[in-house]
Amino acid sequence: MLKIGVLALQGAVREHVAAIEASGAEAVAVKRVDQLTDLDGLVMPGGESTAMRRLIDKYHFLESLKKFAQNKPVFGTCAGLILMAKRIQGQDTAHLELIDMTVERNAFGRQVDSFEAELMIHGVGEDYTGVFIRAPFIVEVGPEVEILSKHNDRIVAAKQGHFLCAAFHPELTDDYRLHQYFVKMVQTAKEVVA
Amino acid sequence: MLKTGTERVKRGMAEMQKGGVIMDVVNAEQARIAEAAGAVAVMALERVPSDIRAAGGVARMADPTITEEVLNAVSIPVMAKARIGHIVEARVLEAMGVDYIDESEVLTPADEVFHLLKSDYTVPFVCGARDLGEASRRIAEGASMLRTKGEPGTGNIVEAVRHMRMIQGQIRKVVAMSEDELMTEAKNLGAPFEVLLQIKKAGKLPVVNFAAGGIATPADAALMMELGADGVFVGSGIFKSENPEKFARAIVEATTHYQDYKLIAELSKDLGTAMKGIDISTLAHGERMQERGW
Repeated sequence: MLKIGVLALQGAVREHVAAIEASGAEAVAVKRVDQLTDLDGLVMPGGESTAMRRLIDKYHFLESLKKFAQNKPVFGTCAGLILMAKRIQGQDTAHLELIDMTVERNAFGRQVDSFEAELMIHGVGEDYTGVFIRAPFIVEVGPEVEILSKHNDRIVAAKQGHFLCAAFHPELTDDYRLHQYFVKMVQTAKEVVA
Repeated sequence: MLKTGTERVKRGMAEMQKGGVIMDVVNAEQARIAEAAGAVAVMALERVPSDIRAAGGVARMADPTITEEVLNAVSIPVMAKARIGHIVEARVLEAMGVDYIDESEVLTPADEVFHLLKSDYTVPFVCGARDLGEASRRIAEGASMLRTKGEPGTGNIVEAVRHMRMIQGQIRKVVAMSEDELMTEAKNLGAPFEVLLQIKKAGKLPVVNFAAGGIATPADAALMMELGADGVFVGSGIFKSENPEKFARAIVEATTHYQDYKLIAELSKDLGTAMKGIDISTLAHGERMQERGW
């Protein structure tokens, strides 16, 4: 069975674990660097990106995560998407710099502006409820990046090679299509290596 | 169709705070220290609970200047406190764009009979609770997040432990009960039947439950996580300590790695003197903030 980790430094870990298990893979909450070794893929959950980054730096996770991402699939949601971006608007530095895109944090406004909206996600399906909580969006993407979904002309989901990201929270609904899509990506990546 | 203020969006915001520390701050400088230390949110206040306790008199919503200063200083969510039952303070905070409102017993209640109907608001609310009855009543009113009341501003963890143990024990009892016993339990707890039924079916509360009220050390924070808290609020503890920056970072790490005892030992070194603390039995009933609200 595929083994997928959920970075468990802070945020909506439990929900991602449940969604991965419902999508037919084994899920592990990852708190230490050494837990990355036998994983086939990794999810970076929603939470507060500044808090997560502090904990990533503290435990030398940054280099290990970058190394892991060289050949293993990674899926980031909300704060996880921010961690994956090469560029963050208004900031001089980014975090893991995995996906060739520029993101804007809290781009839809404060919590009172948080919302739910119906989305169409390429390769995943229609009538998908996106839950956006103080969400970022993707301002622009490089040529290698495939845009999977837009909401009001703003990019909210994308894919680059074995990296997947969403500005909304698939873990907060019981619609597991996006997690199933990621599990397939993990399966494919594993077959290629084998 | 775009929908704001849904239950999922309001509760989801609290889900994103899980495993994190929410810190009380009274100005922009403290807010920035908290953010840099890894706080998942800050609570903007005019005075921290221990100072409210010392000052006495009526404690109200903070001066909007302070709240605005904090809103502009950080990118993490900003919470603020409104008095229990004070509809206008809550609406003012919502209009200012605060991310979460704490209907808080730390402030002097504006209404001794009625709590706010929190489902009416777009902004989410967090409320204090000492037991499952109180927790369920707040959920039914629309609270999107709970916290133990503890005894704020005392630096004494004993009440937060009591409230967390009480709530967790009562949840286990409800889950183990047969459904035909639930209405009597609802009557005994003063809890809405529907909320208890939800808890029974899900095996847990439908909202996130943090620990608050008396957390003074990294070990206190880890203890509350061990007892089943989803995260912690630290009020007076941080900025009343000798080295707030170091103290704040230590609390954040202890909360994430609450079962890594070697690490907690390291984190607890040379933090300087923690808050002096108050023995709860020396507080007269009128001085106990946890007895405000019902």
